[in-house]
Formats: sequence, structure tokens, C-alpha cells
Amino acid sequence: MKNLPLLFCGIFFALAFSFVGLILTSHIQLGSLTQTTEALVPSDDDPTKMVVVEGDPLYPSKSVGLAQQGKLEYISLGCMYCHSQQIRRADFGADIDRGWGPRQSVARDYIMQDRVLLGTMRTGPDLTHLGGRYAGDAGRDWNHLHLYNPQIVSKGSTMPPFAFLYETHKIKNNVSKDALVFPPGSKYGPKEGYEVIPTRRAVALVEYLLSLKINYSLPEAIIPE
Amino acid sequence: MPESYNYNPYSSPSDAVKAELSEIDASIRAAAIFFVISAIGWLMLGTVFALLAAVKSHSPDFADAYEFLTFGRVRSAHLNAMALGWASNIIFAVGLWIMARLCRAPIQHKGILLIAGIFWNIGLTVGVFGILGGDMTSVEWLEIPRYATPLLAFSYTLIGVWGVIAFRFRKGDHVYVSQWYILAALFWFPWLYIVAQVMIIWFPVRGVVQSVTNWWFAHNVLGLWFTPMALATAYYLIPKVLGRPIYSYYLSVLGFWSLAIFYNWAGIHHLIGGPIPVWLISAGIVASVMMVIPVIVVGINHHMSILGMHKQVWRSPTLRFVVFGAISYTLVSLIGSSMALRTVNEITHFTHFTVGHAHHGVYAFFTMIMFGGVYYMMPRLLKCEWPSAGLIKLHFWGSAIGITIMVVALQVGGWIQGMEIKNAEIPFLEIVQNTIPWLKARSVSGIFLTAGHCAFALNFFWMLFAAGALRAKEGPTLFVNKEKENSLVL
Repeated sequence: MKNLPLLFCGIFFALAFSFVGLILTSHIQLGSLTQTTEALVPSDDDPTKMVVVEGDPLYPSKSVGLAQQGKLEYISLGCMYCHSQQIRRADFGADIDRGWGPRQSVARDYIMQDRVLLGTMRTGPDLTHLGGRYAGDAGRDWNHLHLYNPQIVSKGSTMPPFAFLYETHKIKNNVSKDALVFPPGSKYGPKEGYEVIPTRRAVALVEYLLSLKINYSLPEAIIPE
Repeated sequence: MPESYNYNPYSSPSDAVKAELSEIDASIRAAAIFFVISAIGWLMLGTVFALLAAVKSHSPDFADAYEFLTFGRVRSAHLNAMALGWASNIIFAVGLWIMARLCRAPIQHKGILLIAGIFWNIGLTVGVFGILGGDMTSVEWLEIPRYATPLLAFSYTLIGVWGVIAFRFRKGDHVYVSQWYILAALFWFPWLYIVAQVMIIWFPVRGVVQSVTNWWFAHNVLGLWFTPMALATAYYLIPKVLGRPIYSYYLSVLGFWSLAIFYNWAGIHHLIGGPIPVWLISAGIVASVMMVIPVIVVGINHHMSILGMHKQVWRSPTLRFVVFGAISYTLVSLIGSSMALRTVNEITHFTHFTVGHAHHGVYAFFTMIMFGGVYYMMPRLLKCEWPSAGLIKLHFWGSAIGITIMVVALQVGGWIQGMEIKNAEIPFLEIVQNTIPWLKARSVSGIFLTAGHCAFALNFFWMLFAAGALRAKEGPTLFVNKEKENSLVL
């Protein structure tokens, strides 16, 4: 090859082409997505235009406080290398059949996240809707035991134990209210007279996990009845 | 015969050309050796991380008390040590050396190369320790924490600029196919890296545009950085060792441009079924399938270039590795194209099948060719031969058997895993249990790979530190010595 200007232009435009086509174009299409209400209504001024319902809550909501700190732990520990956070549509894979989420996830679900963790592995199950599947105090207890050692509640799991996020103390006076409650006779529990307390990091991580849920419809993705 | 004939990249009988090459080799020696030493260091460290991650994946209790060795971190440390430590350093060594030779001018400003190389490795060391220490970003292929990445981008750009300068001051008219690939890759990678850093880490774009950018980048690390460099190396070494030109110039042109046009759209196939517009996914699938063109074209070109010389290929340590890599390129790419089809992807996505595929590409194709490159380059830089053919043999078989076991185990196991996940009747924990034998097979493959890498490192440092003593040895280190070969022929 002797035509060097052609070589340089070709090298430049080959990548510029995909950069514009994939990155800039999707940014134009998705970059202006905003929060919305679960359903839309025709606008008063222009009935052909659909607008949000005044007064209804806006979705997706932004994750705040402890849950947001927990997300940093999730990122730092590399949880996303085994757990995805995306639900594929009903006829593509068994994501919805497995109960991983009530509907497929769409681009708008992620707009309030400053780091998007879609994930590409399901060595473990999808976590998009974990907080919906394990809700409330029971869900919190389950997740703490599971993080401390997955074998306690998921025998045969290959997930590593995150016991380093917990501290084992000698019980003073009374058992503290945060202490993990092990199933009777569990071989993973602490020695007699000791208790296992979650560190702040573990508390935040579990709050983040519980905050993961798709409990709202979007105009373009309605939860089926 | 035109004068330029003598300068074609296949072996020249002319002493003048040999002297010229020798002068070029001398000019780049220090930088190239620095990069090879760094690359081998990272290869060994990356192997240790890989073994830890492999064992942890089926025995989660193994070393579970150490936070910095938890699976998510150690696998990311492995990926970055291999991709930026081993692969990029060996590219800087072999790719730049080939570039210098093909530009036919002793290199200028070798100080730039050395400084950039030192900064690159410092940045990477800080980055990998940062990952283990808990500062990783959890953005695939961009895990290095943000305090180390500007240094990487800076030193990388410096090396890219050096490559362009070397090209600018080349002698002669003809630009060989390897130079197109190297020039393009040196230009593409900093662009990809800086855009991805800015759009994902520094000034995050909204929502899943991050994921689109992420996979545009991550797939192009393989497609526009590793692949062109490995192909450039194969295009350089096959004619060099066999002493005859590449089969078809026009196929080379077609292969290069079709790769340049299609590969960088393909990465979106990592998001099939994901929460992004369907037209993006379709574009990614089309590009992935179109990759069949450059792959078949390059496959034919390489195959025809070695046709009838299989004995020489098998005897040459360099070509045995290179041809293993070239065959793997065809295989892994065709598997990759079919994995992008929606019906196949529905099963293979999210499973160990993809992990097997990634290693098929980066190891069986890229790394094997680069091993071949090192076996060819080092004797010319040090002016002495490899001390032990036995160690090279051990390296080849360790790597070849190891990677074959790994790819087969992960792809068979991954396919079963994918079929089972698709069937909601099967409990998830049962599926996890069913992957364990295949993951154990991967750990076994790690033993073979480790043996190969140790043989490689041992042979290399033996050669480096005993270069003077080995200089007395006559003739190249081949797997079968010449007398024996001749007697076989007779």
C-alpha cells in the first residue's frame, strides 16, 4: 500500500464511524431520558402529547443514604462479576419465569444511577429485584446470614463468604440487637458466649441489596397484572 | 530485479540488509528487553491471580479470610495484569520492534519509549494494587482506579506518538501489511481508552449509555488492539521464517479494511437482550457476523502462505506458536460470530461459555502468536540462541494442552449451564453445582498453563543472564536438529 493519506483517513474514519454510530447516537437517543410517572395522560394544551401525571411519584427514584454507601461496597468487592442487574424480556431466556423480576428492565430504569452495573455473568442469580424477593426484616436477616457465609442459607453455593465484613464479639450482659441469628445448631455460628455483629460496611451493603427492586411500572414497561 | 525487492520483509540473503536490520535491532534493544521483562513479570503474576480465582470459583472457602483476595477482586487483578501488563507490554516489545524493522531506520528518541514504559508499569502496579485494596471501579476492562489511569493514558499516548514518529521517518516507499495494522492499533487504542475513561469514569454519561460505551471499548481492546498486533506479528513472522512472501497482497488489503470497518461495531453483542435500544443490538449482531469476512480472508491468506511447508512450521519454535495462534484466530472468530446470533446468545450469555471464549481469543490466538514473536525476536536482540529446546517444547505443550482443556471445559460446561438457566424448572443452586466439575477442569488446565509459563520465564532469564556464554552455540534452536532432519529425509 502506498496511498498513505487513504490509509490514515481509513484508520481514522473506521473508528470515528462506530464512535458516532454507537456512542454519540445512543447518547442522543437516551441521554435526555427523565424520570416519569407510572402512566402518562394527554396534555391539556395539546391532546396529542402525553405528559406525566401531576402529583404522582416519579420513577425510577434515586438511591440515597446507606444504600448508596452500600453500592460502593458492592463495587469495591466486585459483586457484579457474578451477578447481573438486568431482566430480559419474557420470551428471551427465563429471567421472568425464574422470578428474578416482574417485568423486563428498560433504559429508563438506570438513568438515576451514577454507575450502571448491568453485569455479564450469572454465576449467581440476577439481583435486579433482590429487594423485592427478600423484603423487610426477614430479607435483611437472610441477606446478612447469606453474606456471612452463603452455606448457612444456600447450601452448595459457590459464592465466597464475606465474613470479613462481620465482627465476632464476646457477649456482654445481653445479646446485642444487631447480632446475627443463626439457625439452631448451625455449625457456622459463633462459639458459646460470642455473637456476630455486622460492620457498618455490611449494614450498608445489605441496605443496598434490599433497595434493588422493580416495584413500579414505566409507561414503556408496565408490570403485567 | 528492483532494488526494493531486497527490503521485502521475508528473509533476505543480502548481507547489506542483514547489517541494516542488525543496526535497527541494536537501536531498540534496551527498550524491547525492558518491555519483555515487564511482560513476563506480569504474565507470572497474572497466572498466580488466575489460579487463585480458578480455585475460588469451585471452592469458595479457599483463602476466604482475606478481603483483598476475594473472587471479584482477584479475577479483576488477573484481567488487568494480563491485558495491560502481559499483553500490552509484549505488544510494546514485539510490535514496536517489528515496526522499527519494517520502517528500516534505527529508532529515534529511544528515551521516550523507556520513560513511557516505566510510567506504564508504575501506573499499572498502582492500579492492580488499587484493585486488590478495594478501589476498583467495577466497570469491565476498566477496573483500574481513577488515580492510576491518567498515568496509563499518558504513557500509552507517548508510545503511540513514538510509533507514528518512527513511521514518519521510515525509509522506502512500500508500506507492508504489518505496518498498517500496527499503525492503526497504536492510533485506535488511546482513543478508545481515553473516550471510555471520560464517558464512564470521569464525566459519566446517563444510564445505559455507559454500558454501550463500556462494551464498545472492551470488545475493541481485543478487536482493535490485541487482534491487529497479533495479525501484524503473524504477517511478519510467517514470511520471515519460511523465506517466501505472503500468498496474496489483495487478500491482505481486504482483510485489513474489513476488520477496520466491522470489528469496532461488534462489541454491542455483549448487551443482547439488555435494556438498550434494539437497533443498537442489531447493528452489533450484523457487524459480528460480517467479521466472518476478515477472518476467512486472513485464514486463507495465512494457510496458503504455509501450504506445503508444514515440516518447517513444526520445526520452528516461532512458527509452531504462530500457526497455533493463527488457526485459533479462525476458530475463535467463527465461534464468536455465531455467539452473536440471538438464538445462540440467549443460551451462552451470562455463562462460563463467554469466559471460555474470551480466553480462546486472548490466549489461544493472541498470546500464542506473541510467544512466537518473542522466540523470534530475542535471539536477534541478544545475538545468542535460546538455551533449551526442551523448555520451549514444555512451554508449547503446556500452553497448547492447557488452553485446549480450558476452552473445551468452559464452553461445554457453559453451554449446559445456559441450557439449564433457560429452564426455570431447574433450581438455581442445582445449576451452580453442575458447573463445579467443569470449573475444576479449568483449575487443572491452569496447572498446564503455569508449567508452560514457568518454562518460558526460565528459558528467557537463562538466556538473558547467560547471553555471553550462549553466543558460542551455533545455529538456531530448533525442535529437531538439522542432521537428524536430513537423515530422515535421506
